[in-house]
Amino acid sequence: MDATQIQSPRAAKVGAGRVAPQYNRSGSSKGNFEMFAWLFMRLSGVVLVVLIFGHLAVNLLVGEGIHAIDFGFVAGKWADPFWQVWDLAMLWLAMLHGTNGVRTIINDYAEKDATRLWLKTVLYAATLVIVVLGTLVIFTFDPCPVANGVQLPGGFCPAP
Amino acid sequence: MSAELAEPASKIELPAGVGGGGEIPSFDVTLRVRRYNPEVSEDATWDDFKVTMYGTDRVLDALHKIKWEIDGSVSFRRSCAHGVCGSDAMRINGRNRLACKTLLKDLDTSKPITVEPIKGLPVEKDLIVDMEPFFQSFREVMPFLINRGHEPTKERLQSAEDRERFDDTTKCILCAACTSSCPVFWTDGQYFGPAAIVNAHRFIFDSRDDAGDMRLEILNDKEGVWRCRTTFNCSEACPRGIQVTKAIAEVKQAILARKI
Repeated sequence: MDATQIQSPRAAKVGAGRVAPQYNRSGSSKGNFEMFAWLFMRLSGVVLVVLIFGHLAVNLLVGEGIHAIDFGFVAGKWADPFWQVWDLAMLWLAMLHGTNGVRTIINDYAEKDATRLWLKTVLYAATLVIVVLGTLVIFTFDPCPVANGVQLPGGFCPAP
Repeated sequence: MSAELAEPASKIELPAGVGGGGEIPSFDVTLRVRRYNPEVSEDATWDDFKVTMYGTDRVLDALHKIKWEIDGSVSFRRSCAHGVCGSDAMRINGRNRLACKTLLKDLDTSKPITVEPIKGLPVEKDLIVDMEPFFQSFREVMPFLINRGHEPTKERLQSAEDRERFDDTTKCILCAACTSSCPVFWTDGQYFGPAAIVNAHRFIFDSRDDAGDMRLEILNDKEGVWRCRTTFNCSEACPRGIQVTKAIAEVKQAILARKI
């Protein structure tokens, strides 16, 4: 070794560069996704407060309150486009709000890239299933389902 | 005249015993110091040191006493020892503080005082961490004045109100107490961290600076301001009392205002 060269004790420990690789930002992320995600969290939170407390009040407090809730009550609500839209908004906002929150937690706490990828895959798959299924139910809900010309049990519908 | 440089006689008669500052209470205190030496072992250990200290002493004085009188191999950084240079940030009793600004008498001396290196940065030896990742983020926000106008012939003037806008963030001494107290930084070393954002804030809101947009664009990164979870650890850790979380929130707002 040249006499003027100064030994660098940390070089062997932290890898090739002067800074350990886990500190180097992997490329610049173009786009505003994180900004919109942050903004969505705040806005959806405010809207959800109104939607959820409205939902709770109508279902549990107004009229007979909690004693009125049954299949017929839900069927009656979903016959009204207003409540369809209300519940749809609640479903989508709550699911995306919650998914984004869990995504953030995974980003914060997962230490390995592989762990992060798998947790997020499971999260997004679960979100997709619930959102699609929920949307389908709200719009295709039939209080008097008929299968093979026979009415399915329920007891709320007049005989065909 | 040359030989007589003695103190001039006091004009006030002082009774004996006064003037020496009085008796300073002394007490025994145990410091539990996190030791790490990669040339000896890959594992860090705790070492206890019992020292007799005075009521006017700081944690740094205790560390000095240990290094100078008990174990010379104890390693830590310090430079000015008066809370200005920002060299001796460490985790004392689980909180990030400057060893030179923490009086022993303010801590619970009935139990051992734990002294660890700041978290989230690679430890090199004992209380010394590799600050390079921290300074790399600092450099990336371009913490210097960028002005596209003509070079003025005299100093760049600024109104008192304009100066007040970023006064809080000028106080940073780059001790890394904030960044290394941030739980996001602990697991994600790529996060710019509070200190880099504070120093970007100092120029973004400076009326004399023209590169605010560039800095906002840099901090709009996925490892930028949106990584902040507003846990306020940084504001609590800052030895200069900078409202770090507030500064980060202001940068977030500035990015939003620019984009929308």
